[in-house]
Amino acid sequence: MSFSYVTQSLLGGFAFTCLLFGLTLIMSIPLGLIISFCSMSKFKPLSFITKVFVWIIRGVPLMLQIFIVYFLPAKFWGELNRYYYFTYGIQFGHNGAGIGTFIAVVIAFVINYAAYFSEIFRGGIESISAGQYEAGKVLGMTKTQIFFKIVLLQVVKRILAPISNEVITLVKDTALSNTVGIIEIILQAQLFTEKAIWPLFYSGAFYLVFVGVLTLLFGYIEKKLSYFKA
Amino acid sequence: MAYLSIENFYKSFGKTEVLKGINLSMQKGEVVSIIGSSGSGKTTLLRCINFLETPDNGVMTLDGELLFNSNAEKKDGDMALRNKRLNFGLVFQSFNLFPQYNVFKNITLAPTLLLKDKIKAYKKQLQEEKLSRKEISSKIATFKEAEKKAIDKDAEELLEKIGLTEKRNSFPCELSGGQCQRVAIARALALKPKILCFDEPTSALDPELTGEVLKVIRALKDEDRTMIIVTHEMGFAKNVSDKIVFMADGVIEEEGAPKDVIENPKSEKLKTFLHGVTNKDGE
Repeated sequence: MSFSYVTQSLLGGFAFTCLLFGLTLIMSIPLGLIISFCSMSKFKPLSFITKVFVWIIRGVPLMLQIFIVYFLPAKFWGELNRYYYFTYGIQFGHNGAGIGTFIAVVIAFVINYAAYFSEIFRGGIESISAGQYEAGKVLGMTKTQIFFKIVLLQVVKRILAPISNEVITLVKDTALSNTVGIIEIILQAQLFTEKAIWPLFYSGAFYLVFVGVLTLLFGYIEKKLSYFKA
Repeated sequence: MAYLSIENFYKSFGKTEVLKGINLSMQKGEVVSIIGSSGSGKTTLLRCINFLETPDNGVMTLDGELLFNSNAEKKDGDMALRNKRLNFGLVFQSFNLFPQYNVFKNITLAPTLLLKDKIKAYKKQLQEEKLSRKEISSKIATFKEAEKKAIDKDAEELLEKIGLTEKRNSFPCELSGGQCQRVAIARALALKPKILCFDEPTSALDPELTGEVLKVIRALKDEDRTMIIVTHEMGFAKNVSDKIVFMADGVIEEEGAPKDVIENPKSEKLKTFLHGVTNKDGE
């Protein structure tokens, strides 16, 4: 059990961590924006249903949500796992986890993070003064133009700090995927614990580096947007 | 026939009646100042004129065109509303410049966005002329370039007019309040509105910055621009206006030539108001 062997195994697990992180981010941000518009809708039933939805998603542990998405249609995900395993030889875990399991986990993550993002977006959008919208209106802009040309960048600047919090939390939350058998980096490290404990610490270093890079990235964006006050 | 005519404007917010039957008319090239204490409905009237609020009742015509009629069976769509709004420009008390764009872009943004509509219309027209695709795209390219140049040239001229040519690349956060308001005026002028409206344009400014904004408005008056100015600057209103309108409790209490209104107020409310204003100035 050499250092390079452990490194290689952990990197394999880390690849799933990164994949889950990336897919969740790409899908939950647009979905979150849609949810935020629904909760700000003037059509009361829609905003009410959306608020109840956000309450449930934010009020229940992510782990439980993963279990529900995975176990409710367990048969379906199982079929998917088997199909891809026998046709293409793809498997993600030691206990039969495969494409189906992974998709279930991604769905749970996207919904959960979209709910959190939607509240950050809502706060940001509602914090923009009515004067900005009115200035756009009297200058003959359409609602879409006002949102994309005037409001959006100001919102991005304002919500950058809470978004970076959420993104950093997501990096670490990906570990929850191992509860349904996805071998991400922590489960990978855990497999070594019979022989040694240090791979666990080592796995922590991966997270630290990843979060460090993200912190630098958000710092860079913040600096890029510091040329104006909003 | 008046250029702008407003008949019987009523507006309530919930149970509060803010406008209680406003009738106002003005000629082309006239400057009308609206004065009155806060809560008298001046700003609401201005917002109704600019289609930021919809009056509960009333009719408005501009240059012979019916712009608003509360009894109309069909409500205006977004597009119609946008076109009607473009008849007016509005300068806000709090400037409302777009913070992420520099001065030049603040002025050119709206005309550039409107250019897209223009290009669409032009394309349709060309297609109806049954020109080949190649001809259409080359004509549109020339059209687009010429229009863009015109927009930039307009903006340069406006910058010169407000005396901020050297600030063209500055961002709003780098400007003083007076400079911001001058940019906001240029931004409104860039769309060539028929009537330019000001909503207390100097109320958010220090006294020493007020002068530079008033100077710009004064220069616009000398160009015979049609303007409606809601203001607390009595001296300026008297100086620059062709007509002063005094509003109190949602009605026009008194209106007339500046000299008459300010020096010979007839109604008790106007007398009290003017007394309060001059006392505040310590005169």
